Amino acid sequence: MPMYWNEDQQMLADSARPFLADKAPVSHLRALRDEGNADGFSRDLWREFADMGFTGLLVGEEDGGLGLGHVEAGGVLEEIGRNLSPSPFLTTSVGAVTALKSGSPAARQAWLPGIVAGETVAALALEEGARHRPHRVATRAERSGNGFRIDGAKSFTVQAQASDLLIVSARTAGGEREADGITLFAIPRSAPGVTLQSEMLVDSGHAARVVLEGVEVDGDAVLGEVDRGSDTLGHVLSALRAGSSAELVGLAEGASGMTLSYMRERKQFDRIIGSFQALQHRAAHLYCEIEVARAATLKAQQLLDDGSEGAHEAASVAKAMTGMASALAVQEAIQMHGGIGMTDEHDIGFFMKRQRVLAEMFGDADFHAEALARAAGY
Amino acid sequence: MMDQQLDSFRRETRAWLEENCPPEMRTPPKSDADVCWGGRKFQPSSPAQAEWLRVMGERGWTVPDWPAEYGGGGLSAAEAKVLREEMAALGCRNPLQSFGISMLGPALLKYGTEEQKHEHLPRIARGEIRWCQGYSEPNAGSDLASLATRAEDIGDHFLINGQKVWTSYADKADMIFCLVRTDTSSKQGGISFLLFDMEQEGVSTKPIRLISGYSPFCETFFDDVKVPKSNVVGEINKGWDVAKYLLGHEREMISGMGSRGGGASVPDTALRHLGRNEDGRLDDPVLRARIALFEVRSRAFAAMAERFIDTLKAGKAHPAQPSMMKYFGTELNKQRHELLMAAGGHDALEWDSEGSNGGAAPRAWLRTKANSIEGGTSEIQLNIIAKRILDLPGG
Repeated sequence: MPMYWNEDQQMLADSARPFLADKAPVSHLRALRDEGNADGFSRDLWREFADMGFTGLLVGEEDGGLGLGHVEAGGVLEEIGRNLSPSPFLTTSVGAVTALKSGSPAARQAWLPGIVAGETVAALALEEGARHRPHRVATRAERSGNGFRIDGAKSFTVQAQASDLLIVSARTAGGEREADGITLFAIPRSAPGVTLQSEMLVDSGHAARVVLEGVEVDGDAVLGEVDRGSDTLGHVLSALRAGSSAELVGLAEGASGMTLSYMRERKQFDRIIGSFQALQHRAAHLYCEIEVARAATLKAQQLLDDGSEGAHEAASVAKAMTGMASALAVQEAIQMHGGIGMTDEHDIGFFMKRQRVLAEMFGDADFHAEALARAAGY
Repeated sequence: MMDQQLDSFRRETRAWLEENCPPEMRTPPKSDADVCWGGRKFQPSSPAQAEWLRVMGERGWTVPDWPAEYGGGGLSAAEAKVLREEMAALGCRNPLQSFGISMLGPALLKYGTEEQKHEHLPRIARGEIRWCQGYSEPNAGSDLASLATRAEDIGDHFLINGQKVWTSYADKADMIFCLVRTDTSSKQGGISFLLFDMEQEGVSTKPIRLISGYSPFCETFFDDVKVPKSNVVGEINKGWDVAKYLLGHEREMISGMGSRGGGASVPDTALRHLGRNEDGRLDDPVLRARIALFEVRSRAFAAMAERFIDTLKAGKAHPAQPSMMKYFGTELNKQRHELLMAAGGHDALEWDSEGSNGGAAPRAWLRTKANSIEGGTSEIQLNIIAKRILDLPGG
């Protein structure tokens, strides 16, 4: 498969670009923040995602979706990143949909139609500590009747308040740091015993600490195999890493595009600052970093769509590389904007805040570099 | 091409390579002597090396995507990619490293006359003629177009006088592609692109000893060298277009040194010298972290190299994209050798000793410092990206 978009993929990206630029540019995020929107995103916009077919992009045609792949989802995510458009697309249409593919027919029937329709929002309760450690799971799920009884607490569950569905990792066997013995569950947010402690994040998004006390679910809530949830979790995380990488590529391009425009118009010393070689070289270096990050991301998406073994490592490479490239993009953006870049009035600061969150989610460059070193046996 | 056809091409290619690639040619080159450059003076380091060049050259697979009429394989972009993948899967060595393939060939295909193409391309493909590049001069480095080597019009011939420098392997080359000044009234518009034989009277070369202790570069002197006018590629005084086009290809080649060149794995080298701790990890946690972050960039760049070739063959690459590849690839390769030196520690400091293979590690490390100078410095590449891709104004 050549390493560029085919015509259909290009067409999809071409439809996502004006849609997000018109409906959810940075001013949309600013308005949600300023009005203190409780969800952190617009439900009307989410229903428009459904009208565009994006909500069910990764859902199989037999379940009412478009049956497309991660390359296509990446095309949408790049535009989300470029515009900083708040939406549940990554968590719901990429993360939860990938998890539900391993679910029972009952679970798929229960959740996928709502997701495709833009009515159901899912949140991913996969973390427990301060940094991404997907296999450190202390939350326990004990067998109880036909199902399980779940107790524990999950941290950093983005958009939990607005969600209808929680994808929860819990331990059905093994010790607290073992990959084996984890099971994934689809739990209604409204289930008795689920309580939330809300947090507003630096990027104006919302997250929560999710406390689970004696939450009862039946066997249909299990996604994938009992005790073998790390396999399913691995697929979900790779999809999310490739997806967040695409969002970071778009974000980095958005930030650098805004900076380049500023460099072409701002004058100091009677000269356009973009004519200064000191700045040109930094802008050119950043361009290279973003291009390489884009290629790594496309590689991961293509391997995921092929069902290739190498997809997991490629997703780690992508997440690490996009994390580094986008960090440089937003840091250079603020520096090159100078004083105006430090003001809340200017949009560029929103890019820095969102980048910080996305880079941390599902593992930063350090996490993935370490994981790849481990996988390579050193 | 249909996937099915491509699948059957893949099967045939794999079978052919398994049958025809000698086992010794399925291991990485151990030293520079194992790299086959071809040419009249070429001495194979083994019969297998000569055989591998012969069979690949006969099939045109030293230059898979050149047209068959010029000695190429005539493969489509998709087929050429399959061939690269299958060669990589078997670990096949590059049968022929050649400036003719990576630099002159593409320029001749675009700007050469039919006669020039038929005369030179098949001999490049079969590795019969080794070429060198006459570009830089003592006073024309980054400002290449200020070159002063004179070509004086004496009827049907030019008379060449001047000096080139940094002429890689000029002492081993059979022929040179050379930039000369045919008009002093215009800078870029007074340059012509010439081909001539290094055995010609009036050509002399002198190797330059580098910080690595090796002498891959030469000074090359021209003293009344007679070159027929039919050896001009493109038009007289329009050689700068050919030169720039060729530079794009040179940059692609240099950018590949880091990712596609194979060579020692940084983690393996570090493990060999430093060993593992009680957890089985490299016994130097900070170096391990640096290597791990480097490996991310290296793998990401491998994806970029694949994407670059695919977009290039499909005509979707920005014309200045080779500058990006050259910049990133060479900076990455320098970083790689910094890490290899750290991984080797005291061992990697040995310049002349029994165990160091002639100081291979420090010499290779020093050699890479030229990567971001040759073919246009990193700073020149960044200038090109800033102006041509990012559309930033001139200074």
